[in-house]
Amino acid sequence: LVIDSMASSMLSLGSTSLLPREINKDKLKLGTSGSNPFLKAKCFSRVTMSVAVKPSRFEGITMAPPDPILGVSEAFKADTNELKLNLGVGAYRTEELQPYVLNVVKKAENLMLERGDNKEYLPIEGLAAFNKTTAELLFGAGHPVIKEQKVATIQGLSGTGSLRLAAALIERYFAGAKVLISAPTWGNHKNIFNDAKVPWSEYRYYDPKTIGLDFEGMIADIKEAPEGSFILLHGCAHNPTGIDPTPEQWVKIADVIQEKNHIPFFDVAYQGFASGSLDEDAASVRLFAERGMEFFVAQSYSKNLGLYAERIGAINVVCSSADAATRVKSQLKRIARPMYSNPPVHGARIVANVVGDAAMFNEWKAEMEMMAGRIKTVRQQLYDSLVSKDKSGKDWSFILKQIGMFSFTGLNKAQSDNMTDKWHVYMTKDGRISLAGLSMAKCEYLADAIIDSYHNALLYWETPIEL
Amino acid sequence: MAMMAMTIRNSASRRTMMSRPIFGSRSMSSWWKNVEPAPKDPILGVTEAFLADPSPDKVNVGVGAYRDDNGKPVVLDCVREAERRIAGTSFMEYLPMGGSVKMVEETLKLAYGDNSQFIKDKRIAAVQSLSGTGACRLFADFQKRFCPASQIYIPVPTWSNHHNIWRDAQVPQKTYHYYHPETKGLDFKGLMDDVKNAPEGSFFLLHACAHNPTGVDPTEEQWREISQLFKAKKHFAFFDMAYQGFASGDPARDAKSIRIFLEDGHHIGISQSYAKNMGLYGQRVGCLSVLCEDEKQAVTVKSQLQQLARPMYSNPPLHGAQIVSTILGDPELKSLWLKEVKIMADRIIGMRTTLRDSLEKLGSPLSWEHIGMFCYSGLTPEQVDRLTSEYHIYMTRNGRISMAGVTTGNVGYLANAIHEVTKSS
Repeated sequence: LVIDSMASSMLSLGSTSLLPREINKDKLKLGTSGSNPFLKAKCFSRVTMSVAVKPSRFEGITMAPPDPILGVSEAFKADTNELKLNLGVGAYRTEELQPYVLNVVKKAENLMLERGDNKEYLPIEGLAAFNKTTAELLFGAGHPVIKEQKVATIQGLSGTGSLRLAAALIERYFAGAKVLISAPTWGNHKNIFNDAKVPWSEYRYYDPKTIGLDFEGMIADIKEAPEGSFILLHGCAHNPTGIDPTPEQWVKIADVIQEKNHIPFFDVAYQGFASGSLDEDAASVRLFAERGMEFFVAQSYSKNLGLYAERIGAINVVCSSADAATRVKSQLKRIARPMYSNPPVHGARIVANVVGDAAMFNEWKAEMEMMAGRIKTVRQQLYDSLVSKDKSGKDWSFILKQIGMFSFTGLNKAQSDNMTDKWHVYMTKDGRISLAGLSMAKCEYLADAIIDSYHNALLYWETPIEL
Repeated sequence: MAMMAMTIRNSASRRTMMSRPIFGSRSMSSWWKNVEPAPKDPILGVTEAFLADPSPDKVNVGVGAYRDDNGKPVVLDCVREAERRIAGTSFMEYLPMGGSVKMVEETLKLAYGDNSQFIKDKRIAAVQSLSGTGACRLFADFQKRFCPASQIYIPVPTWSNHHNIWRDAQVPQKTYHYYHPETKGLDFKGLMDDVKNAPEGSFFLLHACAHNPTGVDPTEEQWREISQLFKAKKHFAFFDMAYQGFASGDPARDAKSIRIFLEDGHHIGISQSYAKNMGLYGQRVGCLSVLCEDEKQAVTVKSQLQQLARPMYSNPPLHGAQIVSTILGDPELKSLWLKEVKIMADRIIGMRTTLRDSLEKLGSPLSWEHIGMFCYSGLTPEQVDRLTSEYHIYMTRNGRISMAGVTTGNVGYLANAIHEVTKSS
């Protein structure tokens, strides 16, 4: 190329000022190429032929892959087909497939507006009234761990932020300890532990043969983990499968965790949303609290109070003493300060107001039951449609056995792709559909799509698909 | 359901009765025995102490939150009006990972200029952030990931949380001279020497205006010289702009340093915050932007910034962003905002003058050529401790005074107390 020979002739003329980057490439010993998965090329090392344009430091940066969950909604928006259905992200929709802001939330916001609350910084640990409320909702007001001040509670940036605070604490104080996460689990769990530099491995959870829980596998894997591992558990309404252990199975899980001196780490993103009852959905967490164990619980109000966008949640660390809880709380604050200084106030105030007023609290419970109820009804409708249309004799009852916003359909990637490409049904590639995004009116259409994808998808593709 | 609960409880207690050590060694010791109590945050801890003090004379000149002349927190009228418009909203869905597009667009205009060519050419990678802290942290993490061998040069002194942020992002820190204690001004020579001696292509943290904690800013001429030297050294300039509008009362003027660097062709990064200038402290609204080579690169860099945000908080909070975009998107509200920012800035400038005059009248040797919400009083930690214990005046131990906490009601008391603890030195 002309340009290349020009460059080399310039260099051979010994003119050092024209291509400063080239000269300095050796001086900048970066030594990281190949070891950093994010870099395509070395930082700073690009040689530019046009001297007037300064080469960018960011040349080697590649495009990040679209988020597997949030990317689905983006693809859905871009689809112009009128039959399209978004069963991707887990955000509740009404029967008219509209987003739903709870009435109690609107009431609380109006109240806050009338009161003219100020906008001062919250303390690093968040709104005190919210922290008190959230722990009571989780453990039950008056629970010994609360009365004895053994819980360190910090307001967090919804579930994600709360998980991240705990992950950072683990990295800091439990060097080398591993977190065991279910196979499968919410996609962002891995990102959180990766970015916090906490090693993780998987325990068996989903059994594709039964489209149910691989309980034996789960117990065996928890038993096999090195003593003192962290076990990430979904408190209720497992995401993405919708498959929860039975109460008897929870007892056995608690047994084996205690036996191996593991630390349970609950992700509770659906309290009240799974069964419709706040207390029922907290049963697994309360079982562990009864045992006197030390453990983590991350909470989110995104779904159950519909406060998705306000990023409100909490991290709770149940300790064996009030002194330990105080120390742990101080260290959680120390992690939060260089991340965002202090958490956003709006969502916290809404929660505190709603739960703090008896009438609003009851109204909330009713709205939550309504949302959970709609999902249960839609599950039933989907099941009925599948059973009446599918003549193959396949057992679709797993749909009724699963709980919460999601259903693991058992569809593989090729089948899921068919759902999207042929039927304009948007879902995640692991076969998860969000029932919160399904209306009664669309159940028949969805049933047709599932049946077609399940039975025929592999026939539509010429090359065999890796499962 | 009650039956099931009973079953759970019975099985649990049966196991307790067996000899498995459930309440044995595990509950005597704790997983957390090695966790030390963390030190109190030097800034936010001051307010905690202030709130706990029962004295009626107490004065809080610690944290940088604006107060009116009665010492009360202020919610701007434009903010109240914006809230009225958005209350009881029908929209509470997750924002995209990069936040509110509208808010980010308006925010970039403030920093880069309403008619900025960079905005038109879509060369700026920008995401909504958790106020200034979140923007700095995202940038620090981004710097670590994509320029892993780099360090950050931080001025001495700086907002203490800057050190925490780059430390937790695991980016090694170096310092550069900034404050000159003898003159209580800028150590310009020291600064330029450090910039010159730093390895080519170093990353520098600059305060765009109203330096925190000193209140000492370079002059426009000095900024031009700094920019020229940065060009010669091919350094990367990262601006923390937390006080645009708040320093002089004029947002365009407060962004001058940034505009100089942009004119000179630097590809900079900026952290912006609405905590002070819109009084949205607790809402945590801000923006991180990185000026790139071209649109394609901006899209790429933005995707990576989102990738960092996802495992930290997934997507940023809505409420504060809605307030900002409602205000900035409405010419009347925006105009009201600009008036209110000027009022806040003027009150602070006025208080500065009054405090200086009071101190001069008392014969105090301290000088007060500062700007912005803060000033470095020159008080030693021991003198600060005396102010707190004897006069119930709260400030950070580095002697930083938040002028926002000074009122016509307490300025005399404050001047007197400062004079008392410093006159002998």
